Amino acid sequence: MLKLEHLYKTFNPGTINEKIALSDLSLHLKPGDFVTVIGGNGAGKSTMLNAIAGVWAVDKGRIILDGEDITALPEHKRAKLIGRVFQDPMMGTAPNMQLEENLALALRRGQRRGLSWGVTKAEREIYRERLKSLNLGLEDRMTVKVGLLSGGQRQALTLLMAALQKPKLLLLDEHTAALDPSTAAKVLELSDKIVQENQLTAMMITHNMSDAIRHGNRLIMMNEGSIILDISGEEKKKLTKQMLMEKFAQVAGAQVDSDQVLLSK
Amino acid sequence: MSIAVYFSSLSFLKLLKNMPGGVAQGLIWGLMALGVYITFRLLDVADLTVDGSFTTGGACTVMLILAGWPAWAALLVAVIAGVAAGFCTGMLHTKLGIPAILAGILTQFSLYSINLHIMGMAANKAVSVDKYDLVLSSRTVPSAILTGFIIALALVSFFYWYFGTEQGSALRATGSNPSMSRAQGIDVNAMKVLGLSISNGIVALSGGLMAQYQGFADINMGRGAIVIGLAAVIIGEVVGRALLGKHLNFYGTLSFTVIGGILYYAVVVVVLWLKLNSNDLKLFTAIIVAVFLSVPYLRDQSKSSFARLKKKGGSTNA
Repeated sequence: MLKLEHLYKTFNPGTINEKIALSDLSLHLKPGDFVTVIGGNGAGKSTMLNAIAGVWAVDKGRIILDGEDITALPEHKRAKLIGRVFQDPMMGTAPNMQLEENLALALRRGQRRGLSWGVTKAEREIYRERLKSLNLGLEDRMTVKVGLLSGGQRQALTLLMAALQKPKLLLLDEHTAALDPSTAAKVLELSDKIVQENQLTAMMITHNMSDAIRHGNRLIMMNEGSIILDISGEEKKKLTKQMLMEKFAQVAGAQVDSDQVLLSK
Repeated sequence: MSIAVYFSSLSFLKLLKNMPGGVAQGLIWGLMALGVYITFRLLDVADLTVDGSFTTGGACTVMLILAGWPAWAALLVAVIAGVAAGFCTGMLHTKLGIPAILAGILTQFSLYSINLHIMGMAANKAVSVDKYDLVLSSRTVPSAILTGFIIALALVSFFYWYFGTEQGSALRATGSNPSMSRAQGIDVNAMKVLGLSISNGIVALSGGLMAQYQGFADINMGRGAIVIGLAAVIIGEVVGRALLGKHLNFYGTLSFTVIGGILYYAVVVVVLWLKLNSNDLKLFTAIIVAVFLSVPYLRDQSKSSFARLKKKGGSTNA
C-alpha cells in the first residue's frame, strides 16, 4: 500500500542549523496495516509523516502510495489519497465555518470543486448519522461554527473528516497529545474504531509506549531519521513496555539512558 | 464666531438636501466594501491593491465611454481590468513569495502609472451626462440610488450564492485555515489568486460607477479606498450585529457591508454639514477604523490582561 524507498531530508543544509531529519528511511506497509510510531524527540517521526503528506519535498528517495509515485505531487494533490489528523486540534478544522461545512469540505477531498451547492440536503443526513456515532451530541449542532467546539470535539471531528472520503492512508500525528487524559482516551478509541470499520491503512505517532503497544498491528521505533525497530504480528501482541525498553537498548546501544527519559510510560 | 451663531448657521434643510447624494455615493462605496470584505474577512488578507484598481475601474470606464462604447460594456472591461490587477497581486504573493500586503502595495503603486496611461497621461478626464448615456449620475440622484440599489442587490445575491458553492466554500476555508485546506486537497494558492481577482473586479466596477456618478475619473479617486472599505465593513458588522444579533446570517453580513458604506457616507455628509474641514475627513476615518478594529482585542484584554491583574492585585480571581 505504502512504500517509502530510501528517503532523505535535511533541513537548513549548509547552515549552522543543519538538521538531518530523515536518513535512508525505508518502509513498506501492507493494506490494512495499522502502524504505531514511537521514538524520542527529533527522531524523525513527524518528519516522516510530513514527507508522506507532502508538506515539503524530500531531498532523495521515492514515495509510492497505492501503486502511484507521489514523490513529486504537491500537498493538496496528495490529499485525495491521504487523511490527516494533526497534533494541534486547531489545525484540522476551519474555525469560521459551520460543522457541516467542514464535513462537506472533507467529503469533497480529492474532487474538483465546482459551482454546485457546497452542502446538499442528502449529505446532511450522512453527517448527522456519523456525528451521532461520536456520542458527543454534535449532530444537533451542525450549523455551529467549529471554532466554538472544544479541542477534543474538534479532534474527533477531524478524525471523522479524515475518514469521510475513504483515504488510502490515514496519518495520525500525535493527535491526542494536546488533549486531557480522558478525552485523549476517547479520541484514541474512536481512532481504533474508524480504522477498523473502514479497514484503513494507518500510521499513528505517539509518545505513549502503552498506547503504541495496545493499538495497531505493527510498531516501529525511529531514531536519527530512520527505523531502528519494526515489530508486527504475534510478536507485537506479546510486546511489553519492558521488552520495548530492552529492544531499544539493544538497537540503540549507549543512547538508551538519554532516550528512555523521552519516551513516556 | 460664537457657538450660537455657529448653530444658527446650520440649516437642517441643507442636511436633508445633501443626504440623498451621500446615500448614493455610500452605495457605490458599499459595493467597493464588498470587494474588501472578500479579501479582508474571507481570505484574511488586507489587500491594498484596491486603492489602484478603484481608479483603474474609473479610468477604463470613462475612456471607453468617451471612445463611444456603451456604458455597460465599458463597466465590463473595467471589471476585467480589476480582475487582472488582483491577479497580479495574487501572483506576486503566491508565485514570488512576496507578503500579501506588500504585493498589494506594489500593484497599487504600479497602477498609478498604468492609470495615467489609460487616461492618456491626463490626471483627470470628464465624461458629461449630457453627451453620453451613463448608468448613473449625480445629476439625477434618486435614479442613481435606485440603480445602485439594484446593482448592490444583484451582487450581494451573487456572492451569497457563490460563497455557498463548493468553490466558494474552498475559498472561505483557505482564509479560515490554510493547513486544513491543503489537507483537504484545496489548492490554497489558486484560491488566494481567485479571491484577490474577484475582489478587485468588484472594486473596479464600483470605481467605474463612481466615475460616472461624479462625471469624471481622477488619478487620485481611489486614494484611501482600502480605509473607506474597511470602515464600511466594520461599521456594517457592528450595526448588523447590534440589530440582528445571532440572526445575522451570511446574506445579512453581505448586505450590512453595503449598508456600512451608506452609513459611512451619511456620517461624512453630517461632518461636512457641521462645517468641519473636509481635509480632516481622512484623519477622522482612520480614527474610526482604528477604534473599531481594536474593539475585539480590547474586549479580550478587559477579560484577562496583565494590566487588569495589576489593578486588582491579582488576588480576586486567582
